[in-house]
Amino acid sequence: MALSARTAPPGLKAVRGPLGRRSQRPGAVATHRRGDAKLAWLLITPAVVGFLVFFAYPTVRGLYFSFTTFHILTPAKWVGLANFRELIHDSVFWHSLGVTAYFVAVSVVLGVLFSLITAVVLHRLTNSTVIRGLIILPFLISGVVAALVWQWMLDPQLGIISALIEKVTGQHLLFFGDSHWAVPSLAAISIWKSMGYNAVLIFAGLQTIPPTVYEAGRLDGASEMQMFRRLTVPLLRPILVMVVILTVIGSFQVFDIVQVTTKGGPANASNVLQMYIYEKAFGELDFGYASTMSLALFVMLIAITFTQMRLARANESDLS
Amino acid sequence: MSTLSSSATTAGPRPAAGARPRFSPGKAVAWIYVVVVLVVTIFPFYWILRTAFSNNVALPTDPSSLLPVDFTVGAFKRALGLASTAEAQSQGGSGASLDTALYLRNSIVYATVQTALVVFFSAMAAYAFSRLRWKGRDAVFTVLLCALMVPGILTLLPNFVLVRNLGLMDSFAGLILPGALFSAFNVFFLRQFMLGLSTEIEEAAIVDGASRMRIFFKITLPMTAAPIATLSLLTFINTWNDYFWPLLVTNGEHARPLTLALGVFKQSSPQAAPDWAGLMAATLIAALPMLVLFMVFGRRIVNSIGFTGLK
Repeated sequence: MALSARTAPPGLKAVRGPLGRRSQRPGAVATHRRGDAKLAWLLITPAVVGFLVFFAYPTVRGLYFSFTTFHILTPAKWVGLANFRELIHDSVFWHSLGVTAYFVAVSVVLGVLFSLITAVVLHRLTNSTVIRGLIILPFLISGVVAALVWQWMLDPQLGIISALIEKVTGQHLLFFGDSHWAVPSLAAISIWKSMGYNAVLIFAGLQTIPPTVYEAGRLDGASEMQMFRRLTVPLLRPILVMVVILTVIGSFQVFDIVQVTTKGGPANASNVLQMYIYEKAFGELDFGYASTMSLALFVMLIAITFTQMRLARANESDLS
Repeated sequence: MSTLSSSATTAGPRPAAGARPRFSPGKAVAWIYVVVVLVVTIFPFYWILRTAFSNNVALPTDPSSLLPVDFTVGAFKRALGLASTAEAQSQGGSGASLDTALYLRNSIVYATVQTALVVFFSAMAAYAFSRLRWKGRDAVFTVLLCALMVPGILTLLPNFVLVRNLGLMDSFAGLILPGALFSAFNVFFLRQFMLGLSTEIEEAAIVDGASRMRIFFKITLPMTAAPIATLSLLTFINTWNDYFWPLLVTNGEHARPLTLALGVFKQSSPQAAPDWAGLMAATLIAALPMLVLFMVFGRRIVNSIGFTGLK
């Protein structure tokens, strides 16, 4: 909070610092500026090289690959829109997209809902950093570790959760081995892993809402539920939108927990897009087509992000 | 749910606790919810511990025992490659071994070097973008920020091809280089902070004849210590847990990090009777550095996540 208060808004025109003062002494400005430019380029050289070599160039190259047949060992061959035509008729791709959308929907709806409830409850009950720290624990460990321990707890023979569920409901569930349960099980891992992190983000947002807002609401005779719906949620909107966008982007690219647990199975039931792209590229060495799918995924992510920001008017803050 | 949020709204806005009754049914429900959340969050960690100290052969005899089944440290011995093959097999380990110590070293090298380099280079760039005046500054910055928009998936395959063409497969250089020079988020984050620093100390140093480079190292970097620590923590955690990039670049054990080795080990272990105890012991070793970081820097991590969200 202190940080955001002190720093300039993200607008790029925010020019502060030495200039303001020095502009009163034109002579000094000139000499310093010349030296500054040289030093500045020296300082940004690593970043610029990294950007050009590992972001800009690969992005352009990825675009190019998606119009080629490319099997890594032989040079890429231009084939125009052939990959895109294949994409449209590829039933596995559309199935993967459906699986991914299902996974994203479950992760986002339940994940954000639980995070919001947890953040609001914690904010009202306690300021304890220890509790917020504990719920963040799953965020610190890798997806692989999370996937392994959940797969173990959900193991049909020896898993503690399987045993518990069998005792309570009498049902024997296969979780990752069952085509109906594979995606919800994966979503459960993903929600478990990110819930605390999102709750802490929302919690930080709650802390920025001044108590006077609620006092005014109370004076106007608003009920608690009304204040939650009419004050808390709208004031939290920018941060909620950010959490939703981050969760969507993150779950659209889910890979590690799938690769460790189901590898896309059983029978493609959990074959998410990133898994399919990986299979195409490294299983079948079809880099051209895999690049086309990456491009499609990228376009979808951009479109979704922009739509969400539009819908939620994320850039406006009701607080100012 | 409605009970929860409404009761929750009641208590908060007025922190004057004395005016409120100490106990209310709504509050009790809310506390129960918190306890359930904490149990669900922490139980898997306990389960890793419980399984890691169990004897894998004895596990099926009491699958829902809350304590280790037939307590032993054999699983850790297996995970660290200290057990003889006969000893390992007698406790239900497979003959295949996971050289945890070597992978652990790889993880430490990967995460430490990557974090140190990218945070330092980002601080350098952030200084140029916030404290120096030069032509084209804002334009260059805007272009670099575009990288925030590009998700990993678009650059992963071409970067793999690039690293392969450079002959850097299966090496730390190939693993680290793509992420070591530039991070749009880090540059943006540090620039925001440096923009807010007071200019007076810097100007005094200039008057005293200090060079810009000296000012960067002796004044700006120390003043930026807190956000740099925050970024280092987050970068270290992310790198330690990274899976996809190491999966593409490493195929032997020379540079393969532990996180990845665990996943691969799990897939190669027999479906029928996996060595869950050994696997959980290795998992614990993989997660341990994160848990230690958490014990030491827990408060900072919590606060920094709040920070990063509020910009």
